[in-house]
Formats: sequence, C-alpha cells, structure tokens
Amino acid sequence: MDLSFTPEEEDFRARLRDWLAKALPTLPAKPSPADWPGRRAYDLGWQRMLYDAGYADVHWDASPTTRLIFLEETERAGAPYVGANFVGLLHAGPTVAAEGTAEQRARWLPPILRGEEVWCQGFSEPGAGSDLAALRTRAWRDGDDYVVSGSKIWTSHAEVADWCELLVRTDPDVPKHKGITWLAMPMDADGITVRPLRTLAGSAEFAEVFLDEVRVPAGNRVGAENDGWRVTMVTLSFERGTAFVGEVVACRRVLAELARAARENGRWDDPVLRRRLGRLEAEFRALWRLTQWNVSEAEANGGVPGAGGSVFKLRYSHARQELYDTAADVLGPAALDLDRPWVLDRLSALSYTIAAGTSQIQRNIVAERILGLPKGR
Amino acid sequence: MSVRFQLTEDQRALRAGMRELLERRFGREALRAAVDAPGRLDRELWRALGDAGFFALRLPEADGGVGLGLPEAVLAFEEAGRALLPGPLVATHLAAGAVPGAATGETVVAAVDGELVEWLEAADVVRGQASGAVALRSLDPLTPLHRTPAAGATGTGTQDPVAVLLTAAEQLGTAVRVGELAVQHARNRTQFGQPIGAFQAVKHLCADLLVRTETARVAVYAAAVTADPADIAAARLLADEAAVQGARDCLQVHGGMGFTWEADVHLHLKRAWVRARRGGGSTESEELLAARLTA
Repeated sequence: MDLSFTPEEEDFRARLRDWLAKALPTLPAKPSPADWPGRRAYDLGWQRMLYDAGYADVHWDASPTTRLIFLEETERAGAPYVGANFVGLLHAGPTVAAEGTAEQRARWLPPILRGEEVWCQGFSEPGAGSDLAALRTRAWRDGDDYVVSGSKIWTSHAEVADWCELLVRTDPDVPKHKGITWLAMPMDADGITVRPLRTLAGSAEFAEVFLDEVRVPAGNRVGAENDGWRVTMVTLSFERGTAFVGEVVACRRVLAELARAARENGRWDDPVLRRRLGRLEAEFRALWRLTQWNVSEAEANGGVPGAGGSVFKLRYSHARQELYDTAADVLGPAALDLDRPWVLDRLSALSYTIAAGTSQIQRNIVAERILGLPKGR
Repeated sequence: MSVRFQLTEDQRALRAGMRELLERRFGREALRAAVDAPGRLDRELWRALGDAGFFALRLPEADGGVGLGLPEAVLAFEEAGRALLPGPLVATHLAAGAVPGAATGETVVAAVDGELVEWLEAADVVRGQASGAVALRSLDPLTPLHRTPAAGATGTGTQDPVAVLLTAAEQLGTAVRVGELAVQHARNRTQFGQPIGAFQAVKHLCADLLVRTETARVAVYAAAVTADPADIAAARLLADEAAVQGARDCLQVHGGMGFTWEADVHLHLKRAWVRARRGGGSTESEELLAARLTA
C-alpha cells in the first residue's frame, strides 16, 4: 500500500498548477445561472483553453491517477466545472469513442474536445426512471431516417445543446432491454420542444424534451439497431469512476469553512456540534481515501471502474447531505436565508441520493453484484 | 504509474497466512470452548502467535523482530478481529521489545486503559497502575475485565495512536466477519418461499453493512500508511461504527437465532462494544479531528 505519486505524476501536477495559475485570471466573468447562452459560451471557452493547453482529453486518454490529479488540482485552484461539456466529455463522447464508426468518431469527437459542440442526454422518461429500460419513446425506420416520437425528462443543458444522445425503442415486441437503440439527435431538428423544469432549489437546471415525429438520419445510430442498452452501459460505467473527485475536495474545503464560521459565531463551544464536525472530517477523509483506493483498483484493472463506485456513491451522497444539514446548524436562524452561503447547496444536495441511480437502486447493485444476494420481486 | 493504494502481493500473502493460522488454531470449536472457559488464556496458542511473528511484527530484524510496518500489523490485527481471537493482543504487541518475552509470546502483557484493564489475571506483566483493581462480571464472555479505583489516574489522556489504530483494525475484522455471516444467513434462510436475501429490506441491510466496512477499510489502511494521528482518529471512528452497527445489523438479519447464545453474532457485538470503549470512547478522536479543522 502506497499513497505517494511517481515523479512523472508529480511533474504533471506541477505543470498543471503552473498553467492554472496563469490561465484562470484570464477567464471572463462567470455568467448568471439564468443566462443559458452565456453559460454555454463560458463552459465551451474553458474547454477550448484546456484544449489549447493539451488537457482536453484528460477524461478519455489519461490514466485514472492522472485524471485524479487533474480533478484534484482544478478544484483546488477554483477552475470552472465541466458544466455544459459534461455529457459530451463524460457520457456521449466516451460512448462514440468506444462504439462509433471511424466516420462517427471523426465527426463528433473533435468538436467536443475543442469546446465547439454541446451534448445533452435523452435517457430518462416520465415512466422510465430507475427502470430505465422501460423507456417508451418510439423510433421507426422511414427510408434513410428514423422517425422519433415520445418525451424525455431530466435533460440538462437541452436549451443550448447541439446534440442529444438519445435512447429510443425500436422493437416493442422483445424483452425490454433488447429493443433499444442509441441515436445522436441534432437538437435543431423539426419537432423538438424543450420545456425548462424548475427544481425545488428554484433553478431551471433540467428540461423536459418533447419529440414529435423528429427525423434522425440512420447514420446517426451508434452500434447496431436494438443493441442500444449494451452501448449505453459503456457510458454509465464512466459516470461512476472518478465523477466525484472534485466534489470531495470541495466538500473538505466547505467543512473547514464551516468550522471557521462556527468559531466566529460561537457555536463551536457547543460540544455536540463540534464533535459532529469532527465526525464529518473523519467521513470526508475516508471518502478521499476511498476515491484513491477505487482509482488504484481501476488502474490495476486497465482503467475500468469497478463496483466500488456504487459503494462510494452511497456513502458520499449521504455524507454530502449530512454536511449541509450540519451547515444549517452552524448557521442557526440564517439557515433559512437563501442569500446565505450553503443554504442553496443544502437544497441541491437533496438530489444526490436520487440522481444517477437512487440510493435504493445502488443498494440493490451492491447486494446483488458484490455480495451475490439473489434477485427478488 | 499509479497511486498504488492496494495491497501488495506480500501483504496479501501475510493476511492469507494469518487467516490460515487462525482457522487452524482457533476455529469455531476452539472459539466455543473458549466461551465455555471464561478467563482462561490458551498459552500454547499465544506462543504459536509469537512464533508466527504476530507480536514482533514491527520490531526491527536486528532486535529479533520481523521488521515490518504498520500496514502489515493492521492486516494481522484485522484477521485477529475477524477470528474473535481473545487476549490482550494490542498490549502485548506494543510491549514487544520493551517487556522481555512479549515478542515471542512467552510473556502475556496487559495494560491499564483508563479505568479498565483487560485480561489482568491471565497476564504475566501489567503496564500501568492496576493496584486495587476489582473484577467486573464482563459483558463479553471472551474478555475478562477489571476496573481500577483511581478513575483516570494513569494511562488516560492522550492514547497511544498505534493502540488506537490496531484496535480499529480489529474492529474492521469484526465488520468483515459479521458481513460474511449476515450474507451467508440471508442466502440460506428461506421464508415466504425464497431466501430472505431476495427481500430488499434484508438486502439493503447487507449492502449498508458492506458500505460501512469498505469505508472503514480504506480509512484504516490509509492511517497505517500515513500514521497521521488525525487519519488514525478517523479510522477509529469509522471502524467502531462499522463493527458495532454491522454486528447489530447481522443480529437483525439472523432474526430469532441472532438473539441466542448459540449463534456467534452476540460474541462479535459484545467484543465490538468492548473495543469501542478503549481509550475512553470516541470523544477524543472526534475532538482531535475537530481541532484539525481549524488548525
């Protein structure tokens, strides 16, 4: 067991640090959350800077440890998040890279890396959440096109996306996993209606997407017809690998800020609160170690994230909620003031035990795939 | 090219060797025999542990030790915890090199820990002030306990971080074992026409048990690598939680059988409770971590 880095890795870290120190001051002002075109331009601009500096493909080609260092250092330096580039860099891009034809890779991958095109994800539906394979958006073949009708939900950045990685049902007469196809749908096609979805935090982070006989060229299909479920699983395994590295670093910083705030307002003298903060420090230290452990394991397995991702997600999503609940105790009455720091974070933390596989689904995965317990009804 | 935060081949072999030794020398029959003879320490087994290098593990080779480090010690103690191995293991391990015979398993060493002493009567040497200690009717049939009259006179205050870490490693072993027992039972026990492990209510208890165990595992292993007192405090908090809550959940999964003397579950829970009291409980670790936050 070793927690040190190789000289090459330390060198990568040092060069990245230098670059961040020079690059971040040149960023434009951050746009307001409601300014979608502004957010798109800002996020794509950041990706372009990464591209020019040679860091654009760190999510794809670098070793898991290099990726860990990249995410750790960018978070420490306060660099922008992937934002509008999320689906392109972490879902659709890796899927196209793994399953697409040479022509498809040449068409879609470079614009993602260069920060020129935004992707969104059309997976979930009103009737297909945890049971994703129950999706009912239909697509049928008409000449060289698929014609698609149905609706998608929880689609981030739909307002400003160029492409949507879309799961559709191409055969309704076979078991649910076997009749699904993966399509890249151009978001400027006729028949697409995007309706923003307001979350409990008041923001419009997601959208509903309604599809009314949208024509998608058959050449935009990745993988074979009806093989979309397998194609999709390639994507989902990426989501649970190093997706939360930056967030754990950020949570540890918030925890230190909470302790400082508690000292300033006197609540630090309450031993119950103080020890709760001490327990959270233990929690996030362990989550950081769990990240390193999972990355080392992926490294040993040739870069494939293991089932440890579900263990991490279960623990982390709960810890994040506990962190912001504790923040509310530090804040006291100010915890009800939306203009105070951490109050909105407390609200958005509520999505963590639901998004990307609810905690209940994650427990099923852990119990069935790691512990080998039988599937039940 | 990696963080390499995984067990090495040698570390895997050491853990496997320890498990094999304990399965051979302290299997289920020996465990239940020990429960039926409270207070008796198997000196032959103690010497076998000494021969295997359990106590001299971290002692330099020049001093007749094995010359290994905390990561290896943690793996050995994890296995000891998993097997419910009785005796003042931590105290004797810490005495190796300081108390003659401790390293080889010839001498059994107990230590005063705040108001409590484990295995006082069976020990050849007692470290700390134990005069006037009175025997308790111990909650754990496998850990005889004495209470010292001078509350907090000696051995309290700052706990030896290595003792805290090795205890956390034992707790990790308990968490691992109760997880195995819970899953085994959930697979084999049938009700309503299917294994109870097919019911999500049971499945989720087992999943949470594993999540706590694996989180505690990385905390314990990382603390063994860094030896940072804050990492050790974190390991202690998470391992206590994994062991105590894990044993509780394992008991729950066992249903009525879990409440019997015959099932081993209660032995794990009681030992986990005893270890969770060491060093005066978890308060000191929580305060240490809180203090680190503002450092």
